[in-house]
Amino acid sequence: MHDKVAAPSNGNLIPGATGDWEVVIGMEVHAQVNSRAKLFSGAATAFGAEPNAHVSLVDAAMPGMLPVINEECVAQAVRTGLGLKAQINLKSIFDRKNYFYPDLPQGYQISQYKQPIVGEGEIEIEVDGTAKTVGIERLHLEQDAGKSIHDQHPEYSYVDLNRSGVALMEIVSKPDLRSAKEAQAYVTKLRTILRYLGTCDGDMEKGNLRADVNVSVRKPGAPLGTRCEIKNVNSIRFIGQAVDVEARRQIDIIEDGGKIDQETRLFDPGKGETRSMRSKEEAHDYRYFPDPDLLPLEFTEDYVAHLRHDLPELPDEKKARFMAEYGLASYDASVLVAERERADYFQAVAKGRDGKTAANWVINELLGRLNKEGHDIADSPVSADQVGGIVDLIANGTISGKLAKDLFEIVWSEGGDPAEIVETRGMKQVTDTGAIETAVDAVIAANPDKVEQVKAKPSMIGWFVGQVMKASGGKANPQAVNEILKAKLGLE
Amino acid sequence: MTDLTKLTLVEARDGLAKKSFSARDLTSAHIAAIERANASINAFVLETPDRALAAADAADRNIAKGTARPLEGLPLGIKDLFCTEGVRTTACSRILDDFKPTYESTVTRNLWDAGAVMLGKLNNDEFAMGSSNETSAFGPVVNPWRRRGSDAKLVPGGSSGGSSAAVAAGLCLAATATDTGGSIRQPAALTGTVGIKPTYGRCSRWGIVAFASSLDQAGPITKTVEDAALMLSVMASHDPKDTTSVDQPVPDYAALMRQGVKGLRVGVPKEYRVDGMSKEIDTLWQTGIDWLKAAGATIKEITLPHTKYALPAYYIVAPAEASSNLARYDGVRYGLRVPGKDLIDTYENTRAAGFGKEVKRRVLIGTYVLSAGYYDAYYLKAQKVRTLIKRDFDRAWNDVDVVLTPTTPSPAFAFGEKSGDPLAMYLEDIFTVTVNMAGLPGISVPAGLSAEGTPLGLQLIGKPFDEGTLFRAAKAIEDAAGRFTPADAWWLT
Amino acid sequence: MHVDEATVRRIARLARIKITDEEAKGLEAELSGILDWVEQLKQVDTDAVEPMTRVVGQDLKQRADVVTDGEKAAEIVANAPMADDNFFVVPKVVE
Repeated sequence: MHDKVAAPSNGNLIPGATGDWEVVIGMEVHAQVNSRAKLFSGAATAFGAEPNAHVSLVDAAMPGMLPVINEECVAQAVRTGLGLKAQINLKSIFDRKNYFYPDLPQGYQISQYKQPIVGEGEIEIEVDGTAKTVGIERLHLEQDAGKSIHDQHPEYSYVDLNRSGVALMEIVSKPDLRSAKEAQAYVTKLRTILRYLGTCDGDMEKGNLRADVNVSVRKPGAPLGTRCEIKNVNSIRFIGQAVDVEARRQIDIIEDGGKIDQETRLFDPGKGETRSMRSKEEAHDYRYFPDPDLLPLEFTEDYVAHLRHDLPELPDEKKARFMAEYGLASYDASVLVAERERADYFQAVAKGRDGKTAANWVINELLGRLNKEGHDIADSPVSADQVGGIVDLIANGTISGKLAKDLFEIVWSEGGDPAEIVETRGMKQVTDTGAIETAVDAVIAANPDKVEQVKAKPSMIGWFVGQVMKASGGKANPQAVNEILKAKLGLE
Repeated sequence: MTDLTKLTLVEARDGLAKKSFSARDLTSAHIAAIERANASINAFVLETPDRALAAADAADRNIAKGTARPLEGLPLGIKDLFCTEGVRTTACSRILDDFKPTYESTVTRNLWDAGAVMLGKLNNDEFAMGSSNETSAFGPVVNPWRRRGSDAKLVPGGSSGGSSAAVAAGLCLAATATDTGGSIRQPAALTGTVGIKPTYGRCSRWGIVAFASSLDQAGPITKTVEDAALMLSVMASHDPKDTTSVDQPVPDYAALMRQGVKGLRVGVPKEYRVDGMSKEIDTLWQTGIDWLKAAGATIKEITLPHTKYALPAYYIVAPAEASSNLARYDGVRYGLRVPGKDLIDTYENTRAAGFGKEVKRRVLIGTYVLSAGYYDAYYLKAQKVRTLIKRDFDRAWNDVDVVLTPTTPSPAFAFGEKSGDPLAMYLEDIFTVTVNMAGLPGISVPAGLSAEGTPLGLQLIGKPFDEGTLFRAAKAIEDAAGRFTPADAWWLT
Repeated sequence: MHVDEATVRRIARLARIKITDEEAKGLEAELSGILDWVEQLKQVDTDAVEPMTRVVGQDLKQRADVVTDGEKAAEIVANAPMADDNFFVVPKVVE
């Protein structure tokens, strides 16, 4: 048994005993729709309520209950479809998917089978600088199930239907992904789009976004292998691990002469392996048929056009605009658009200022610091205005880059207006050339040996610059120091 | 004092208004009749006399104040398929056990809001599956009608056998019922009462135990056509909680009923003349044609070519939908639970013990026809046949305004006579299922007696939401045929 | 269409209804009889026909996204054969 997964060496291919293997991945993502009430009932979707407090008679499948569809869930699904550049189906049908489970009170899930609300679309991803288009097969609306808790009692399970009936969008990709990284990039990008649109929170820890990963392997050019479905992977990191582990498992089986059984598996992050789900072994015959309690869902092109008109600018468009308008590099633009809040923050900082400087500050200083302390940009102690203020002070020469970092630190811990802080704490950088010359003369005089060395090795000027900066308490304008040093040392 | 249980709903309403008697008198009379009769007839599975009397008293107060609502103080029976708040509702199945809904069905809510009084819950075939009320967990219902010179127990029809028997025996002034393949019309025909299944979507299905969602409809069983018009005008409503209920105003059915049938075009479909049809049913049909002609209607033979496929298509669609609708009866959230060694065992034990034979049979058929590999050949095919059946009627409406047929192939049969072979029982619905499959309204009106002295009914089928025409034509038949009540009230001894 | 006993058992398992051997045999005959009888639908030409997915001629009515229900856990579990602290309690699922 291999306990370490070798990284693919030939592009995305995975080396095996009998040659290189290609892993083929398709993803089914379940995204909880951002809405106040459930898909077919008026109970609340809010998380964390007391058991069965967010349950209506319809959710509890009492005799005689009937579903009534929530218009916002329909709109959210269409918005998502538009965000995926997908075909919006003006007519779709709800079907019943029949099976028995205690967290499925009706004994069927209302879903969409043959005629989903959204058809084919695509998402652009980028992995290690390479762009790739991943196809979307379809998106449909369906009910979420309740929750069974198995560890409260040795013989019994406890069932809470709060989540039962919450609207989900099931987004199915085409099997276009070819590596763990691509799978991760896909889910990350999808999540970003959903959050931009406001159609799903994408909180994987809360279970608002869950991924089922379909993995199969084949020799390059061969027909598709038998796939296994790894259910309910709930973090980006685990998605990557699960793909690698499952691909390796399948390769090993085939190379040992066995064949892959099509089955549903679970990823165990603790053990770093996938295992078969015994309870789902029995082949399910879901007996899909159109739900007779629901008429077909139909809407007009006008309706779709209205939703399209009100969509926010999406990440790809925003990234392209940032690169064009602010002259940002692709990587920096990607970082800024990864979350809509970041992009909005950056735009506030960049307004009326140099885009690249603004980007540098937001990415390296702010996000870096936020990351270190585990904050979201939403709880940033430093506002866009404050960052903008710091950028202004550098631009008009009031402070140097180094001082600006100190200033940032002060604003972070104590707050306040950057310009005022610079005033009150006397942090203005020294641009007075006379003072700098004096400092330079002093350093030159004190280090005759280094003065000799720098003539042979001009790069040593850095040491001099450091000394002058130290002597000036960091306040000297480094550019001026450089110029004066060069002149006085006879370097050009 | 008149025997108050012999009044029609309208006569009772008018009597209350005239203060000829009180609501309490009216309700007490019926409670007493039920007490005497129910052991023999078994129409009621639950009696609610205290609630009834309290409601009657409240009605008397309203009548005195002059604020009487359309059904103020009128005592009714409610089929045990309607969820009634705080009152046990079982669908006459063991699986619902002692279930007490915490909610009221929309149809019964409409009745209480109109001032009606509930005498109790009425017997029916388990989960509304049957044509004789012999599959009820509470035992069969006995038809108050008997064959001349015989005391053999006859069935009152089904699934709304409790409703039809109770009305025919004078145990309530009117009753609610439901119809999926004929369950209002067939029992009405077998008991000499009037029963109407309105257009699909006319009444709300919210709070009615679902059997087959695309076919179920609530409707009344009454003594007269006018009573049925009154009941339906209260039962029908648009319900935002049921998106298959139509958003259309409820017309004044009683007024429409009085319009007569002059110039009405009546269609007689040749395909309803089936092989082996009894002579007396054929004769009755002809008599009905003559009555309508005499009242000013014109008669036209029409063709509804796909008629014979309605019944087999029904026995695919209805069980399929039922198999899914009955999946919720699993012992988890309400009703019976029979423990097992684990969860699956508990499900299997519960449903084995809770469901009767006929329900099991239909759930299994339904599960089969939806299962992988069979969906296209069965369910999809049957749904396509439905479209053809509806199209046949759409074409007919170009030439006629209403269609006249017999309601059933035979009069009331004896207990056990048809329960040996499921198919024999299914054929009871041969004239009625087309109506549910096409989503149309249909009414059965008593038209005559069989050679053995048991009731026979004629069915009228109408255009969507044209119940008014049904009431007009049914009234013409009723005027000609008269009313039918059993000669001897043996159940009251 | 004949259904054999094995099929009857498989269907009964799908429908979560326990059946005895005797019942299985009886059902085999009954279900086969019913399915034979519905075979006559094959005689109908339905090639160009749409299935009836809509009985009422109106659009699917939609609800506003407002919370109008819930907050009645006690009522929800009131009829449960077994409940604890407003949870439904069921025998364990064998995972």
